Amino acid sequence: MSDAPAILPERGIADRLTALFWRHPRLLLAVLLTPPLLWLGVVYLGSLFALLLQSFYSIDEFSGVVKEEFTLKTYAELFRAQNMDIILRTLLMSAAVTIGCAIIAFPIAYFAARFARGKWKAVFYLGVMLPLWSSYLVKVYAWKLILAKEGIITWAADGVGLSMVLNAILAIPGIGGNSLSTSPLGTFIVFVYVWLPYMILPMQAALERVPTSMLEASADLGASKAQTFRTVILPLAMPGVIAGSIFTFSLTMGDYIIPQIVGTSARFIGLAVYQLQGTAGNIPLAAAFAVVPIVIMLIYLTIAKRKGAFDAL
Amino acid sequence: MTAAVEFQNVSRHFGPPSAPVRAVDGVDLTIAEGSFFAMLGPSGSGKTTCLRLISGFEKPTGGTIRIFGQDVSDIPPNRRNVNTVFQDYALFPHMNVRDNVGYGLMVKGIDRRTRERRAEEMLSLVKLEGYGDRKPAQLSGGQRQRVALARALVNEPKVLLLDEPLGALDLKLREAMQDELKALQTRLGITFVFVTHDQGEALSMADSLAVFNEGKIAQIGTPAEVYARPSTRFVADFVGSSNVLSPEVTRAFGGPQKWSSLRPEALRLTPADGVALAGTVTSIRYLGAGSRISVMLHGTEVAALLPAGQPLPEPGTTVGLSFDPAALHVMDQV
Repeated sequence: MSDAPAILPERGIADRLTALFWRHPRLLLAVLLTPPLLWLGVVYLGSLFALLLQSFYSIDEFSGVVKEEFTLKTYAELFRAQNMDIILRTLLMSAAVTIGCAIIAFPIAYFAARFARGKWKAVFYLGVMLPLWSSYLVKVYAWKLILAKEGIITWAADGVGLSMVLNAILAIPGIGGNSLSTSPLGTFIVFVYVWLPYMILPMQAALERVPTSMLEASADLGASKAQTFRTVILPLAMPGVIAGSIFTFSLTMGDYIIPQIVGTSARFIGLAVYQLQGTAGNIPLAAAFAVVPIVIMLIYLTIAKRKGAFDAL
Repeated sequence: MTAAVEFQNVSRHFGPPSAPVRAVDGVDLTIAEGSFFAMLGPSGSGKTTCLRLISGFEKPTGGTIRIFGQDVSDIPPNRRNVNTVFQDYALFPHMNVRDNVGYGLMVKGIDRRTRERRAEEMLSLVKLEGYGDRKPAQLSGGQRQRVALARALVNEPKVLLLDEPLGALDLKLREAMQDELKALQTRLGITFVFVTHDQGEALSMADSLAVFNEGKIAQIGTPAEVYARPSTRFVADFVGSSNVLSPEVTRAFGGPQKWSSLRPEALRLTPADGVALAGTVTSIRYLGAGSRISVMLHGTEVAALLPAGQPLPEPGTTVGLSFDPAALHVMDQV
């Protein structure tokens, strides 16, 4: 028999704290949660609320002074043709970028989740994350050069005799333009490039949680690969696709740099907010514009939920 | 009558050809139509790989597999009329129980009304009426197992494969499910191929069974044959934890100088004086329905199973052993 005591002696402050938290489990929760809740509540939700409040003020057209009275006048301004144009353009671009990202990200995420092991997994993570390590501005300016009329894409298209195709694409009204770097298509390409990692990672995480036996069960019961994809893989990956699309959608809606550098100089919501609160000094309208993406995201998530996108959560 | 499943010299090797891992190595096997066939073996013995070869999730690296006489080398899983109850059940979490069970019909393009009716029939077959609207996450382990069974049976497969389906259930439920599976198989007449590492399960349910060891079949036969007449030391030891006696010990027990096996329940304890077989009791394990006595003699530990109610010897005392000579099974193979 060992003569060790049945109860071990307390060894200072760490043991005393352990005992305290063991006796009062909620205390630990409170200690852990108070700082982030304060941050969320005051800094995060507080500023959001301030933003909302601003959007219900209006600006005096002559003096340019903000009138701190409740009104819906500013929101009514959003429905002017030129502002609706901005909202619609942003919405279409965000949707296109999200769909583009989802289509490109899926095979990559699927490969990483199902087949990549060990070294290849590391290569995958590195490949996805590496672009995030360099400055966003550098990447966008690099793309401007790549897409320019004198850029490598035009040069390569000439080289392989595909300049006809490139010109035909650029001639399509609505997405084409003088060159790729001054066309909506160019803006789209750069948006897809910069937000792609935000789509790949949640998709990969969702696909990783689908056990192989589930795909086998589907094939076992007679499903073709396409049926398995539609009825098992896609629904189970949906929460990841939605998480990724929240990133790509909202990041595109809020961005004000890419549309300035690449594309026609047509305005997007981000750019409008930037100009309204800066040069124009119209904080209420800027705030109202800023509310638009929030509302669109809420509508989007409600529809996604209705459609059962979160059933597999 | 054609065999439901036939393996001809089937191998499945993994890894580089220079140093292959022989998961399945030259297996010959015939499973009769309508039988309940068990594949028994320790983990890594190749039994699950054999099952996956039948379902098509593994391709053989050598040999031929036939299902009802047809070579299935080029047939993908979805075209084999063979369904599987997976070890982890693999129920689709985003579908309710009814849609899970009806899945096999849905991918065949059968209309919703028909497949819902069929799903309900299958659910009542596994005694889960009224559970159609639940999600798999709302079911207990035993219920999920039944759903997996119903889902696999809805396509009326020619062969039903069961990959350790009872492994995750507790003892009581496992025994009840054993009876039910057996009854279901008899009623439906479908060929069942059942993979298990539990020899009791295999013996009690199967019409015939194959004992796997290191990618090969050690013995094929009816449960009674395999239990009473194990062909190798491995089978004797794995099926029913027999006493495996070396040629010398077999001789001392009155047999020829060959390896043999002797069931613990065939041994009886006698007073030690004047008996040829006497040894020292080393340990006693209480099993409820009886006790397992280990006796050391001729340098070998021999186990005897005594029914409950008999007086037990003290560890360290010397006891004699007797048995019916017919119970000593001499093995030709080593």
